[in-house]
Order: sequence, then C-alpha cells, then structure tokens
Amino acid sequence: MLIRHTAALAALLLLGTAPLAQAADKPTDPQIAHIAYTAGVIDVEAAKQALKKSKNKEVLAFAKDMVRDHEAVNVQALDLVKKLKVTPEDNATSKALTKAAAEKRAKLAKLKGVAFDKAYVDNEVAYHKQVDGALETLLIPSASNAELKSLLETGLKIFQGHEQHAEHVAGMLK
Amino acid sequence: MVRKQHLWIALALTIVAAPVKAETIQVTIDKLVFSPATVEAKVGDTIEWVNKDVFAHTATVKGGWEVMIPPKKSASLTLKAAGAVDYFCRFHPNMRGHITVAP
Repeated sequence: MLIRHTAALAALLLLGTAPLAQAADKPTDPQIAHIAYTAGVIDVEAAKQALKKSKNKEVLAFAKDMVRDHEAVNVQALDLVKKLKVTPEDNATSKALTKAAAEKRAKLAKLKGVAFDKAYVDNEVAYHKQVDGALETLLIPSASNAELKSLLETGLKIFQGHEQHAEHVAGMLK
Repeated sequence: MVRKQHLWIALALTIVAAPVKAETIQVTIDKLVFSPATVEAKVGDTIEWVNKDVFAHTATVKGGWEVMIPPKKSASLTLKAAGAVDYFCRFHPNMRGHITVAP
C-alpha cells in the first residue's frame, strides 16, 4: 500500500509540477532570473519543433506567437539582469525543467500529423499552467528586486494569455 | 461685391453643415492591459491604440473587426457602426476591452 502510494505520488510529480515543486527553498534573485529565462527558452524550443513538424495553420500561427513573445520577454530579462548586474545562476529547478522539456520533445518527435499537433498544444496548455503556478506561488513572492518582480508579473500575464490561447487552439483541434 | 456675398453664404453653410467633429480616442497598452478598458465613443470617432509593450497585440472583436498593433507602435480604427463591442487580444485573450459607440 505504501509502495503504491509512493509510486502514485512519484508519477504525479513526474507528470505535473515536479521540476518546480523541487524548489521548496526560497530561490534567490539570480536563481529566479535563471528559472524564468529557462522557462522561456523551453517554450521557444518547443515552438521551433512545432514549426518544423506541424502543417496545421492554427498550430503554426500559435507556435510563431510563442517564439515571438518568449524571445521578447527574454530580451527584457537579459537587459534587466545586465542593468542590475545580476548573473543568472543555474539551479536544480532550471536543470529539472530543462530535463523534463528534453524528454517531452523526444516524445513529441515520435509523433506525426494530428497526433503531434494535439500533443504539442495539450502540452502547451499544461506547461503554461505549470509555469503560471510557479510564478504566482513561488517566483514572484520570492523575488526581492522590485524590477525583477515587475518583469515576472508581466511574464505571468503573458503566460496566462498563452495558456488561454493554447486552450483555444486545443478546442479547435478537437 | 456679389462674389463676396456668395463667399459669406458659402462660409455660413459650411459652419452650419459641419458635423460634430470626430475625435481620436487613445487607448494605451502597457504590460498587457488596455487602458482605459472601457471607452465611450460615437460613430466617426477613431480609436488609436498605443502599444508600449515589446509584444505584438491585437484588438479583435469576435466575428467582427481586428486591428494589429505591433510592438512599440500605434494602430487606429475609425468606428463605423453604433453599438457596444467587447474586444480582446487574440495573442493574449486575457487582455480585454470594451467600446460603446453612440450613433
């Protein structure tokens, strides 16, 4: 029974908020900057895979929006860390996020056509939800610099917008 | 002399016939928020969205018009029909605005 519970919990963590849940300790500003930047890079990479693989007009348009917005956020993030003289610091959360994303991309790489489109868009909904949750409950409350906090708040609105946009696209693929 | 009189009449007619001047109403977009979110306008007025974000946005009416607003740019639309419309950004549907257009 205990084993089953543990296995279920592990599965849940793997599927859901595992990478971000590991950051139980309050992250520092250099770590937060790294996590936020990494989250953006991951979504750009996912979008680039979709741009190569998908033939669906809506999916391609969505993926282009993701590349454009997340690259724009990350340019702002880099400008800010430069201005604040903060060096983004790699950390367990960033590493776990990157690893989970690489695994997801490998899975998606095996899919084709409608199956790929659906899996990509569903993952976009789940991924944005996951990042929204982390921004709201961990990253924004933990940020000590006001400008970093403000950029994260804008990032949250962008991610929430993308989540709704992804849900809309997912609805059209049904 | 006759000519001058004609001019005066023409001028008077112009003043009388001139409709209420159409206005341009600015809506600023900053950090994914339309501000003011609600606008009262009349037919013939122009809405000018000023995008201060580094992100592209749209002002989209479902089943109606759409205005693309590139990053750090402005875009306008002249209101042609009376009525109330809700609009949103197609890229970030959590951004919402409302325009009431009087005839």
